[in-house]
Amino acid sequence: MTTEVVDMITVVVDGFEVSVPKGTLVIRAAEKLGIQIPRFCDHPLLDPVGACRQCLVDIEINGRAFPKPQASCTIPVEPGMIVKTQLTSPVAEKAQRGVMELLLINHPLDCPVCDKGGECPLQNQAMSNGQGETRYEGVKRTFQKPINISSQVLLDRERCVLCARCTRFSEQIASDPFITLNERGALQQVGIYENKPFESYFSGNTVQICPVGALTGAAYRFRARPFDLVSTPSACEHCASGCDMRTDVRRGKTLRRLAGDDPTVNEEWNCDKGRWAFKYVTSVDRLTTPLVRNASGELVAASWPEALAAAAKGLKAAKAAVLVGGRATHEDAYGYSKFARVALSTNDIDFRSRVSSDEEREFLAARVVGSSTTYMDIDRADHVLLVGFEPEEESPIVFLRLNKQVRKRALKVSAIATKLSIGVEKLKGKFVKVAPGQEGAAIAAQSLTSKSVILVGERAAESAGVLSAVAALADSSSAKIAWIPRRAGERGALEAGAIGNLLPGGRPVEDAAARVDIAALWGADSLPSAVGKSTNEIYAAVNAGEIGALLVGGVDPLDSDNCQAALAALDKAFVVSLEIASSAVTQRADVVLPVAAVTEKSGSFLNWEGRPRSFDAAVHDSLNRSDLRILSMIAEEMGTSVNLATVTAAIKEISSIGKWDGARASMNKVSVSSHPAVTGDQFILTSWRRLLDLGTLQQGEENLAGTARKTVAVISPKRAQAMGVTDGDQLKISTSLGSVTLSALVEDIHDDAVWAPRNSRGSQLLVNLGVAHGAVVTVVKA
Amino acid sequence: MSEQLEPLKKNEISVNDVAFTQIETGESVGLLGHLKGFWIPFSKIFKKTLTVEYPEVKAPTAERFHGRHQLNRHPDGLEKCIGCELCAWACPADAIYVEGADNTKDNQMSPGERYGKVYQINYLRCVFCGLCIEACPTRALTMTNEYELADDSRTKLIFEKEDLLAPLRQGMLMPPHPMYPDMDDSNYYKGDVTHAHPSQDVK
Repeated sequence: MTTEVVDMITVVVDGFEVSVPKGTLVIRAAEKLGIQIPRFCDHPLLDPVGACRQCLVDIEINGRAFPKPQASCTIPVEPGMIVKTQLTSPVAEKAQRGVMELLLINHPLDCPVCDKGGECPLQNQAMSNGQGETRYEGVKRTFQKPINISSQVLLDRERCVLCARCTRFSEQIASDPFITLNERGALQQVGIYENKPFESYFSGNTVQICPVGALTGAAYRFRARPFDLVSTPSACEHCASGCDMRTDVRRGKTLRRLAGDDPTVNEEWNCDKGRWAFKYVTSVDRLTTPLVRNASGELVAASWPEALAAAAKGLKAAKAAVLVGGRATHEDAYGYSKFARVALSTNDIDFRSRVSSDEEREFLAARVVGSSTTYMDIDRADHVLLVGFEPEEESPIVFLRLNKQVRKRALKVSAIATKLSIGVEKLKGKFVKVAPGQEGAAIAAQSLTSKSVILVGERAAESAGVLSAVAALADSSSAKIAWIPRRAGERGALEAGAIGNLLPGGRPVEDAAARVDIAALWGADSLPSAVGKSTNEIYAAVNAGEIGALLVGGVDPLDSDNCQAALAALDKAFVVSLEIASSAVTQRADVVLPVAAVTEKSGSFLNWEGRPRSFDAAVHDSLNRSDLRILSMIAEEMGTSVNLATVTAAIKEISSIGKWDGARASMNKVSVSSHPAVTGDQFILTSWRRLLDLGTLQQGEENLAGTARKTVAVISPKRAQAMGVTDGDQLKISTSLGSVTLSALVEDIHDDAVWAPRNSRGSQLLVNLGVAHGAVVTVVKA
Repeated sequence: MSEQLEPLKKNEISVNDVAFTQIETGESVGLLGHLKGFWIPFSKIFKKTLTVEYPEVKAPTAERFHGRHQLNRHPDGLEKCIGCELCAWACPADAIYVEGADNTKDNQMSPGERYGKVYQINYLRCVFCGLCIEACPTRALTMTNEYELADDSRTKLIFEKEDLLAPLRQGMLMPPHPMYPDMDDSNYYKGDVTHAHPSQDVK
């Protein structure tokens, strides 16, 4: 790491000397002394604009004073500068008072009905730096209020002070310039383009940074006042970005979530999914009591001792395996991992409840577990290569970080993908067009340096040879690898050993020394030594009668690439399901045990960097228990001991494991499969999930769903011409299993490929077609 | 019982160790003094009695007596409460609970955008200080002179919005109903609406 030499400049603010790096704005130099200059438009992460004029101060440089007060948020410090704020200069004080009076002239007196009331910078600063009485006796300018600029953001133009924070955020941070300042003078207003709503994945941030109540969220409208809310610092459970969050709860119900401030991860931003998708906890039909399937085959409510006994009996009676979804916290995943080895004496556990491969499992063991590529590496990279990864859709904060570097220093981004995405276009990335399944061949052709970063998504596992090629490229160029799964819990589950080939702390199952390590910690005589089965192998083994029982936690069988086999296996096996709500698994389960949702328990996620993102329970009076606790109780009932009654106990045990210092597992090279020939109306299907789609954790939030991108089927201009298809025509994509019909969009995509969203309204590919990537499908004009 | 008391520990002082303080009595008042004392009640026999035969007779309170709260209505029947929670904010006893909600086209409860969906006052907590009345920006909340606020359970003393709302008077319509035609919320506050318009009667 190189240390930059920074020129320090000493200035005097209100008679106090302060040294700050060259280029620092006067307003920040004053902040460093604890002097608060009132402001609206200034935001440390946005470019200075000087729009609101509230931060006026008196400045003189080397004895020469500016003739008028200056906006301290736009002027960088200079040597010999003497600044007088409202505290020492009556001129600055009067100027600020005047600006405040002007800002308030057209501001409506509707604080009682405004959501910002009580936490409003305008309210607060009008009290601290304004005057009590207005001299204005005219009629205030009024607008129609409020107007929906998207289904989730409401705009009240009367309240706006034209600070341009929202428009600057959309342009500079999100690169979604869908809102702008229209008109001039008293009629100046924030507006959207005609027929183009504010459908940005990051629109919620504008609501959070609006210094007045001009932008408000539809979900929180009129719900509460700040003093009603109990705030808990929390972590986002929606993706592997690992945002710091704040959860505001009123009377046991989450009312809103805000982005927290963590400069190393999400800075002060988050995405709309993290901000608004929290109603799933209350809106879905939560399980409240344990359920046990009775003799006549019906699931009936049972007591806890009864249900635990039934679960223990069933898991003991047959050979059992564990499926834990990628949503589990690090501690819960550790609980499942330990339970599988200690109570079930098996390595048949897999957290990858999605399309996965053995190549991926080897890659994770050889390259990812214990690795430490961070956001900082993106900040310093000379070239970022995206493989099977669509940052805006699959890990939005990674997108923001890339975008920041692209804007700041024209970071080079290349994407090896089947389709040019909106996100890569915004990153001005180089689109390396490949046919679905042929990504591996394109990777080898890339030239990277030791300062480059390869961001690999979970979809890289869907094409053979991609991860082998990534590993080879990293070896030849010494570039760093970062594996960015979509779900929040996957990295934690990997580190916790919730996978067949690894024990906790990245210890290979096949290594005898590693097994001894963990067996000693767990007080077990020995641990199973054979590499466990993967998710698909487990389903197959159940269907073949080799495995008789399944312990399933937070898994949606419809996410796997062979959902028919998955559902058949769940029907066949004795299933113990730990879930928050009724699902395809609980309907087929023999014992259902209700667990706590993320807001009701404490724990941590490891984000894609491997950085712990811990959180406390936001709702304290919940009676629901964590997975960990329930697993301990089942183990007791089975006559063994997992001994993880609390999250604290799990954290203590995990921290005592330490990193594996032995040899890493190696990886077998897998070659790229051959490109299937497509003829006539055949296409190769490719897809990814959109940020806002039919995901389980987005249920119950209609306003959020309203800003999801349109469901389309994308084909190339050449094929479109051959088929006589133009934008908006209906295309029917079909396999032997079924079909979906979507409206066509002609875009930059490989000629052999057709793209559709994987899990959006009208396009649930894994369910409707049984395939999602790399398979040959038929596309006809409907 | 005394046997069950624990024995005193060393250096501990028992009740009997403390000396009695002699209460000093005054000198005898004499016969004249007694007569003087009896004269006071005797003289009151001829004065007007102040006792009120409550509950058979209920004397009016002072005009500004702080009694039970009332949620007022606009002259057309719409509620004045906008669910702003300023009363709850002002309350020193945390006796008020409010939840706001959106006025929609089909469910207009008050003029403007917002109305109070849930409104509760807990009379076990209320100290009748009247700060909520001062805080109310729309004069929706005022106090009546009703003082008979006793009951036999805690839940009965949490008054809901239905318990607190003023009755419908002459010319008022039961909300929800649309606002007075061609008037906005500021007209309501200026007093331009004096009665319900026939078009507001949507039922």
